[in-house]
Amino acid sequence: MSISPEQLLDNSMLHPEVLAGEDAYGIYRNGHRLDHAEGASKPLRSRPEPQPRGAKVHGNRPVNQAEAAGRFIAAPEHEKMHDERLWDLRQKRDREMHHIPEWEELRALASAIKEHTLTHLDEYLDQFETRARANGIHVHWARDAAEHNRIVHGILSDHGAKSLIKSKSMLTEECGFRAYMASVGIEVVETDLGERIQQLDKEDPSHVVVPAVHKLRTDVANVFANTIGTDPDNSDVHYLAEAQREATRPLILAADAGMTGGNFVVAETGTFVVCTNEGNADLSANVPKLHIASIGIEKIIPRLEHLAVLVRLLSRSALGSPMTQYTSHFRGPRAGGEMHVVLVDNGRSERLGLEEFWTSLKCIRCGACMNTCPVYRRSGGLSYGATYSGPIGLIIDPTFNARKYSNLPFASSLNGSCTNVCPVKINIHEQIYAWRRELVKRHDVPLVKKAAMKAAGELLSRPIAYRAAIASADVALAHLPRFVIYNGLNAWGKHREVPHPPKQTFHSWYKANRGGKQ
Amino acid sequence: MRIGLFIPCYIDAFFPKVGIATLELLERFGHEVVYPRDQTCCGQPMANSGFNAECAATEALFVRNFSGFDYVVGPSGSCVHHVRDNFDAIEQSAEVKVVRARTYELVEFLHDILKVDAFPWAGFPHRVGLHNSCGTLRRLKHATPSELHEPFFSKPMDLLSKVDGIEFVKPARPDECCGFGGTFSVFEEVVSTKMGYDKVSDHARAGAEYIVSADSSCLMHQQGCAERIGVPLKFIHIAEILNGANA
Ligand code: SF4
Repeated sequence: MSISPEQLLDNSMLHPEVLAGEDAYGIYRNGHRLDHAEGASKPLRSRPEPQPRGAKVHGNRPVNQAEAAGRFIAAPEHEKMHDERLWDLRQKRDREMHHIPEWEELRALASAIKEHTLTHLDEYLDQFETRARANGIHVHWARDAAEHNRIVHGILSDHGAKSLIKSKSMLTEECGFRAYMASVGIEVVETDLGERIQQLDKEDPSHVVVPAVHKLRTDVANVFANTIGTDPDNSDVHYLAEAQREATRPLILAADAGMTGGNFVVAETGTFVVCTNEGNADLSANVPKLHIASIGIEKIIPRLEHLAVLVRLLSRSALGSPMTQYTSHFRGPRAGGEMHVVLVDNGRSERLGLEEFWTSLKCIRCGACMNTCPVYRRSGGLSYGATYSGPIGLIIDPTFNARKYSNLPFASSLNGSCTNVCPVKINIHEQIYAWRRELVKRHDVPLVKKAAMKAAGELLSRPIAYRAAIASADVALAHLPRFVIYNGLNAWGKHREVPHPPKQTFHSWYKANRGGKQ
Repeated sequence: MRIGLFIPCYIDAFFPKVGIATLELLERFGHEVVYPRDQTCCGQPMANSGFNAECAATEALFVRNFSGFDYVVGPSGSCVHHVRDNFDAIEQSAEVKVVRARTYELVEFLHDILKVDAFPWAGFPHRVGLHNSCGTLRRLKHATPSELHEPFFSKPMDLLSKVDGIEFVKPARPDECCGFGGTFSVFEEVVSTKMGYDKVSDHARAGAEYIVSADSSCLMHQQGCAERIGVPLKFIHIAEILNGANA
């Protein structure tokens, strides 16, 4: 027996290719999914579906990820495209992995390199500083986001710089850098295409590697039509990319300063490495005379030879490609130019002191955990309302603000796929579980939940009361899910049928049939 | 050997057939199987939500019920995972440690301890999709998860392939989580059910008649999802097939 497309037709929450009928149904028939799902999907409506917006963030109030995820799922074209596109990256990653027989050894090695470095962080940072200065790099230290922004502003002011081109960097997102620069009147232009789309749309990146992955082509056409004057009805990828390039090139050529991040910082050589696929870091670093690199202190590795291990893992884990198109090494300023490195702590040394969570600093920001996460794929990165989304976000966001991000560790089914894909072997799902305990300890969970759990714990530890509560099957249905799944049938049954109660429980069957035995 | 039969609360209430099949199956191999009447639950629902202190009394009760057996066997991967890996709300006395170490999920018990090589009474002439719950797949290591570069093995597949007439179908995303996730199914009800809809649709597209699993909790969730969106799949616990149900 196999199910016919007609049988699935009128369920709006199924994948749209099922809804689209015979043709698209074939996408799955051979067990293969299309490489570029968006290209294969047929629009469901004549008017483009509006892009769902991310979580509503109000100061320190706990972000409601579930609510924002619900809105993302309610936009079926977006949800489907997002899920398929990221799953495609996961499959490409798997293929690359199978080409490397020593994959698991590489992961173990990468993890060991990062753990070693983190446990000797001060020594390697000192070494880097000394070598980098000898190479002619100015090295700055920033304790937090505000200090980072002030330092960069200071460097720019010293040079009378009024405009800055920058390549993608999650650290600067963490620091609220763009908003700060706007407040002091310096124009910042993102050079990474996805990041530029997000900048023009006044939105944060939704993914650490592919920042606009949640947008359909029609959304991009919309943004560009409103900001750089493209044709709103033309969502051809080449047209849009070309228009963006034409609009941005003059800004790049005229910029006073360039900013990059850094994927790896090599202590022994005093150099740093930036990996991109568009070559935009090289533009930011090489077009203006002034190059500023903002780098988190955990990005350091001891020696150049360690780079080989991490670079082999990075792009394969991220996009399922063997290498990034560009792996640029920066050693010092070019003739007549200046190079500054700002090493940023912003909570990292505090995180290093957290017994259960310090290994989250091993992260190389490949995004593989996000691509594989079934919750992330269906929620969109902006539903997390934080700089870092997906599994890695669930464990580092609460280290920035435990109250604001107190719901995030619950946005996981604890399936553990993230831990298995992580190239540096961070035990992500175990840390998610540990955060739940930690948040309960810190009273950063709703009181009603606590009351329910307390009641459940009491009932489940008293066999007589427990038996009385589920003495008959009907009563079992009413009571059991209440403590099995905390608040019972309301939330369970909104989108699911409730289990059918059997005529008798196992307990009563046993008593009737094996009564003599105990 | 003397086996303590661990029947988790939701199996007791909703899936008595799974408990009966587990009991009968273990008895078929000639072992003494005892069901301690005072058992309730392993404490996982509270622990899974972060309320570890709240499950101490339940864990203590579990140890009282299951001390002294050669093995404790339960037909639920996620509960066994809790007992084995996270059951630390109570002091870890020697007795507690022994009970935890001797607690097995049914599939691994049949495969690794009893090393069963035939189920002559079992026949299941149907097309089935195997659902490895995340607890059994990635924590108890019933099978190789697709994320790892490791030689392929699958304990539930090994057992089921000894059942007459059974045919397997392969979904496009064989080890994607179905979205149950314990309390996650309630905290994140929309995402959870969307994952469930996708899961059952994937199995249906691959041509499955039945979904079989070592976890009734995933089956309970998937069945609820399939019924809601009208996907005509049937659901069965692996214990029932191995015990000879031909449904
Ligand atoms: S936690 Fe691991 S998988 Fe996730 S982004 Fe960091 S390195 Fe990649």
